[in-house]
Amino acid sequence: MRVLRDGRGDMARRFVSPLITLFLSLLLALGAWRFFSWALWHAVWTLPPGSNTDLCRAALGHGACWAVIGEKFRFILFGFYPYAQQWRAALVILCFITLFALSLSQRFWRPSLALIWGSGLVVIAILMWGGVFGLAFVPEDQWGGLPITLLLATLGLAFAFPLAILVALARRAEGLPVIRWLAIAYVELIRGVPLISLLFMASVMLPLFLPNGWNIDKLLRAQLAFVLFAGAYLAEVVRAGLAALPRGQYEGAAALGLSYWQATRLIILPQALRHVIPMLVNTFIGFFKDTSLVLIIGIFDLMTTGRTATMEPAWQGFANEVYLLLAAIYFGFCFTMARISRRLEQRLSAPHHSIEEPA
Amino acid sequence: MTDRAESAVAFIDVHKWYGRVHVLRGISLSVASGERLVICGPSGSGKSTMIRCINRLEHHEKGRIIVEGMELSDDPRALAAIRREVGMVFQSFNLFPHLSVLDNCTLAPIRVRGLSRGEAEDRAMEYLKRVRIPEQARKFPPQLSGGQQQRVAIARALCMQPKIMLFDEPTSALDPEMVREVLDVMIELAESGMTMLCVTHEMGFARRVADRLLFMDRGEIVESGSPQEMFDNPRTERLRGFLNQILHHG
Ligand SMILES: Nc1ncnc2c1ncn2[C@@H]1O[C@H](COP(=O)(O)OP(=O)(O)O)[C@@H](O)[C@H]1O
Ligand SMILES: [Mg+2]
Repeated sequence: MRVLRDGRGDMARRFVSPLITLFLSLLLALGAWRFFSWALWHAVWTLPPGSNTDLCRAALGHGACWAVIGEKFRFILFGFYPYAQQWRAALVILCFITLFALSLSQRFWRPSLALIWGSGLVVIAILMWGGVFGLAFVPEDQWGGLPITLLLATLGLAFAFPLAILVALARRAEGLPVIRWLAIAYVELIRGVPLISLLFMASVMLPLFLPNGWNIDKLLRAQLAFVLFAGAYLAEVVRAGLAALPRGQYEGAAALGLSYWQATRLIILPQALRHVIPMLVNTFIGFFKDTSLVLIIGIFDLMTTGRTATMEPAWQGFANEVYLLLAAIYFGFCFTMARISRRLEQRLSAPHHSIEEPA
Repeated sequence: MTDRAESAVAFIDVHKWYGRVHVLRGISLSVASGERLVICGPSGSGKSTMIRCINRLEHHEKGRIIVEGMELSDDPRALAAIRREVGMVFQSFNLFPHLSVLDNCTLAPIRVRGLSRGEAEDRAMEYLKRVRIPEQARKFPPQLSGGQQQRVAIARALCMQPKIMLFDEPTSALDPEMVREVLDVMIELAESGMTMLCVTHEMGFARRVADRLLFMDRGEIVESGSPQEMFDNPRTERLRGFLNQILHHG
């Protein structure tokens, strides 16, 4: 690109690049035209009651069949959760969205946000399981769809993050060689295997090692595998943040008489984590999507219910529509996380706010 | 022990190694309460290492160090007690950039001394006035000049109301025009009767406030005495060479 300075470069700038721009715009416009023609103009939005899917079959190839979404959205969103109780799963999704939305608003960035999340999770547990307040009990093996995805991701990251901080601190604990060695072994072992094999181990092998009569639910085992996996990756991110901090910060804190934990909590972590917010959120987003791998051990998360919905013979051939819906849902949540991250970065890089908690 | 209990800091034949490098070779020293000690010597002679041993930012391997009657050891409670009584000012300030100047000053008094926020803020403002920057209390360290940052660092250490203050080349990282403002604050502090151990090459400062000057070289205390007699009659060749260098290039 540096050659743009000579005569030929000027030629390129004056004639060639507008041509390329024009060509690419045309290509884009054509693509958009064809997409909207498929998704809107020629789309089949609903099917007459009682009819079969022939109307959709006729449009196959040039028109989308959004009727499949109307037909299947409850299964995609809630899986095999008892039909009459699905309002509870819907409320759970609403709870999650509210919690995410609250976290997006800076007015709620204070310690009480943790409290809000805590009570939100209690409400979610009550709604999902039931068995109290006159709600019918629904065992975990009937859960499915979006609540599973949100639970796996949110709880997974909520537990993986503190674990990651402890592991990162342990890896730097020079005075405690055993703890340091354990932390290194944990990170390297987990990083070295694919998440799929970890899920398999959790789902198939773990029960073999447990004493007879012990049984941990499959969902919980997957959750555990997920926490361990995310923890190892996040630990490396946190460690990068710790390593970026000058030694003088530790010494300044120590010389003032702050204990190791006080220095860590008040001086070291706030700065170290701030440095790595983009990398942390990047990892968060990656793991949100990785929850879809639980389909291989037969847990009905959002991706699995979507796939299952397209397998029914009458609806075969309409997977595009379903996957577009799934993509939109995943995107909505991941984009929200990205927004929260941007705001956190902006807020913390402005030197006018202290994130020290009140005494 | 009684004679040592009277001294603020006592080193008894202290040795330290970094790997196989012998950086402190038998330091013995007694600093009286209220004494103002200036330590000088060529770079790498072990000055920083020595004063950092006093609040155990470095561990010594042999010998004993007694601070305010408490011996330094692996006992975390003794260490915590000693750090409460010893303030330190670093060459690179080491302020906490994510906290305001005021929060930098109140953090340790609240968390370590158990002061209420109100008390801690009153005390912080008092010391910020003494270092002449009360108007910067709400700012953040990166918004201040080097000289201002170092004065905040001094105020932060003083807010713990320590019995002893350690300075490790507090003016070496500063632009020349800011050295004065920091030295003025240190002179005032010296005149208030604080026990001070200062590593510095500011010989004007040493001449003005030091009760005793210490010359270190290669991990040893080579010479000590009043600044006057050491400047006028250096007894060793090493000190003479050092003074020549400093006075002609410093
Ligand atoms: N962390 C360390 N690891 C290894 N050697 C060190 C370390 N810190 C200092 N040293 C060595 O110890 C000696 C004394 O250093 P220092 O006390 O910083 O000297 P001064 O402050 O007088 O310049 C030097 O030779 C230096 O290279
Ligand atoms: Mg030094």
